[in-house]
Amino acid sequence: MCNVCGCGEGEIHIDGQDPHHHDHGDHHGHEHGHGHHHPDHGPPEGHAEAPEPPQLDYGSGPARAHAPGMSQERMVQIERNVLDQNNAYARANRAAFRGRGQLALNLVSSPGSGKTTLLTRTIEALAGRYPAAVIEGDQQTTNDTDQIRATGAPTVQINTGKGCHLDGHMVGHALESLDAADNGVVFIENVGNLVCPAAFDLGEAAKVAILSVTEGEDKPAKYPDMFHRADLMVLNKVDLLPHLAFDVARCLDYARQVNPEIEVLQVSATSGEGMDDWLEWVAGRRRALLEALAGELEERAARVRAAGEA
Amino acid sequence: MHEMALAEGVLAILEEQGPAQGFGRVEAVHLEVGALSCVEPEALRFHFEAVARGSLAEGARLEMTQVPGEGWCLPCGRMVEVGSFLEPCPHCGGFEVRVTGGEDLRIKELEVA
Repeated sequence: MCNVCGCGEGEIHIDGQDPHHHDHGDHHGHEHGHGHHHPDHGPPEGHAEAPEPPQLDYGSGPARAHAPGMSQERMVQIERNVLDQNNAYARANRAAFRGRGQLALNLVSSPGSGKTTLLTRTIEALAGRYPAAVIEGDQQTTNDTDQIRATGAPTVQINTGKGCHLDGHMVGHALESLDAADNGVVFIENVGNLVCPAAFDLGEAAKVAILSVTEGEDKPAKYPDMFHRADLMVLNKVDLLPHLAFDVARCLDYARQVNPEIEVLQVSATSGEGMDDWLEWVAGRRRALLEALAGELEERAARVRAAGEA
Repeated sequence: MHEMALAEGVLAILEEQGPAQGFGRVEAVHLEVGALSCVEPEALRFHFEAVARGSLAEGARLEMTQVPGEGWCLPCGRMVEVGSFLEPCPHCGGFEVRVTGGEDLRIKELEVA
């Protein structure tokens, strides 16, 4: 693992970036808490075969660095949030998304909730309306990415190796390779896991938790950290409800207990039921973001103009 | 399992602080674990022991103090203690509590040599 930035050179793999040729020399350009540009993460040299589509691979070993020099035993007061570094990367990502008018959505769920199908159908429905791009996180394989690439949307795969979640740093690197259009939507499909991704801000505008009705209705109660932090819960596969004993009302009660402000949509990505509501939710978030950004830019333009006239 | 990443986060802070504050060994790390922080203390201990091997913090103790979660109950209009995201307000029994603290994992101080 790189001791400067913490990015893995082992098993984490990001599309188009060869982790083993990832230059960690002195000129790496790391300023911590930083604007996150890694100019050295270019395509690997000396690879004769056709370039693979971009992909990141992580799974870092522990950091190794020795601080020389001894002093006597003492207490050192430090006041540090362990997630400060992740949060700094996330802030930089958030600023980058916002600066380009991109609505970033962090999609979280357990494996098998239908996240990839929902995403594929969503991108198909958005075709011709506004641009969408995808950052796809999985421990291994590019299966989901292959499915999403078939829609034609720009996609970067992050393989986390043994890692159980995406973090702000991985997403920052993925953004370097992601050819996402301005003023569009960037969907970040997190690793299928209802526990670990809850703790790591990626810089998204909203977290969307996807729960399928083939899972237990008490999932929001069993995994409260995730549902507490989600802005929206998409209850997926509702076309299967007639065949199941899933109690929708109870599920919504649990979700609202852990998060009184959570919004809920009932959807079936397969049958198309509720898809319009979901698309409208995304469109509404995007509109709000773009209006806020346009307002800021107009205000800035007015200030600049006034300064010029003074 | 994200405790592995958190353990690496702790170690990264120690390795940054070592040269900055002039210490070469860490004997103990005092941490505050928020009750709502998604941290399992035993898992963190286990992973920290593994990631710290061969570093300036090899064998260091993790001293963890739990700090309670807190939130603002909208109907009551006051701060209340929040034991978990599933618990209602201890005063009114409602769930309209906005969590305001106890979600962090913080390093407070280090015993160093």
